Amino acid sequence: MGNIVARMGDGDRVDMTEAEVQQDLETGTQDAADRAKISPLTSDEVEYLMELYRRKDRVVGVEDSKTCCLSYDNQTSKIERAHIPVSKFQQLMLFERAFGADTLELAHIDYSFKQCKHVVIYEKPNMEQAVLSTIAPIFYGAMPNLGLYSVPDGPVPNPMDLIPMDRIDEAREAYAQMVEYAIKDMVYVGSQLYEFGGADGINFDTTAASGDAEFYAALKAAEILHEKYPAMGIEMGMSGEFILGMHAEIEYDGVRLAGLYPHEQVKLCEKAGVTIFGPAINIVTNQSLPWNLARSITFTKACSEVSNIPVHANLGMGVGGVPLVLHPPLDALSRASKAHVELCRLDGL
Amino acid sequence: MGMHAAHAIVSGMGGMRTAGDLVARMQLNRGMRIDAAKSYVADKLGVSVPDLADSVTMAELREDLNIGVVCEAPGVAKGIDAKFRIAKLLDLDINCVNLFKDKIGIKSYDPVF
Repeated sequence: MGNIVARMGDGDRVDMTEAEVQQDLETGTQDAADRAKISPLTSDEVEYLMELYRRKDRVVGVEDSKTCCLSYDNQTSKIERAHIPVSKFQQLMLFERAFGADTLELAHIDYSFKQCKHVVIYEKPNMEQAVLSTIAPIFYGAMPNLGLYSVPDGPVPNPMDLIPMDRIDEAREAYAQMVEYAIKDMVYVGSQLYEFGGADGINFDTTAASGDAEFYAALKAAEILHEKYPAMGIEMGMSGEFILGMHAEIEYDGVRLAGLYPHEQVKLCEKAGVTIFGPAINIVTNQSLPWNLARSITFTKACSEVSNIPVHANLGMGVGGVPLVLHPPLDALSRASKAHVELCRLDGL
Repeated sequence: MGMHAAHAIVSGMGGMRTAGDLVARMQLNRGMRIDAAKSYVADKLGVSVPDLADSVTMAELREDLNIGVVCEAPGVAKGIDAKFRIAKLLDLDINCVNLFKDKIGIKSYDPVF
């Protein structure tokens, strides 16, 4: 058995024996299975991943019949972030006509609904112009980002100041107020960009980064928007595999949100009217990529199997088996992309 | 190579180089899963499912149907005009198309293929 050049979750290259890769694949999938109480990968699926790591190819790709649709987060900041001076409108055209994008997304550089609210008057005409000159379906996207509604960034007392003082009830009340503000902003921005801008859909990105209260706010906003505009596309991309119980008691449709894993999250998203769900499985940087990839696919596969709506898994820097680095290496990214799409039968990324 | 470009090569349908944008519309607005969305679009376009991700087949078909191509020829649909035709082809309400009709005061428009 030869050595395999693999990587750690932080991107560092490591030499591993086949036995070590095999062991990491098996312990990675078992970790996910134990946490979420789902099935681990089968021996055939582990062997598929093993074969992927044996290959010397720099880049691998999916079978022709398995191609899927790509959606994006913060699309119109991606080129701007590299300090290339092109406008948001030009970036949309580049994605559509040069980068093979299946969908587009107009976004504000300060990618949170609270911040977008202040510039919605400028974003609407941007969207109006974009839909005149592009052909692919287009989202308006931002993050729920509940943290922005508490001190020092917002008007509500910060639950993270209250909880260490054992003022739990006050912390929960603070979360309730933050949720109220966040829902209002998400519904306002979503409505404006859809009804007056002409967007095909709204993308809630990095949802539940602030925990269960934030997930609740996004679900309620999706529910309200779906009721107002039944034809609206709604994508909800998550921030991690596990809903943190920061509030700990908050429920949606009778289901406690704290502790939910992707295969449970997607069912609530369906109820709320979401049309595309994006599970996000965080990288553990001090474990190998084989361990992380097997773990991520186990969570994502369980989610895809129970979902009635398209699943676009998040495969970016630090999620979905892609190392936590700014410039993910092609060998790692292409293996994560191919393996997720084929083993989870994903609808998109 | 940015992540978006790598994913597009490894797993993506190819956007308007192929029929990726059309399949994505069915996911986005009808919540269709990938196989159902591909079958629906293939049926509406009168091609096979494998044709949908083939850039040669789709470039010719898109030009024939006038629903937008990457390398534009003069007179070929370039934006909202392509989407009027896509809405008709896919039997799908496209939000900006309806908004455009409202703005210019027409109730319906029936493109001829």
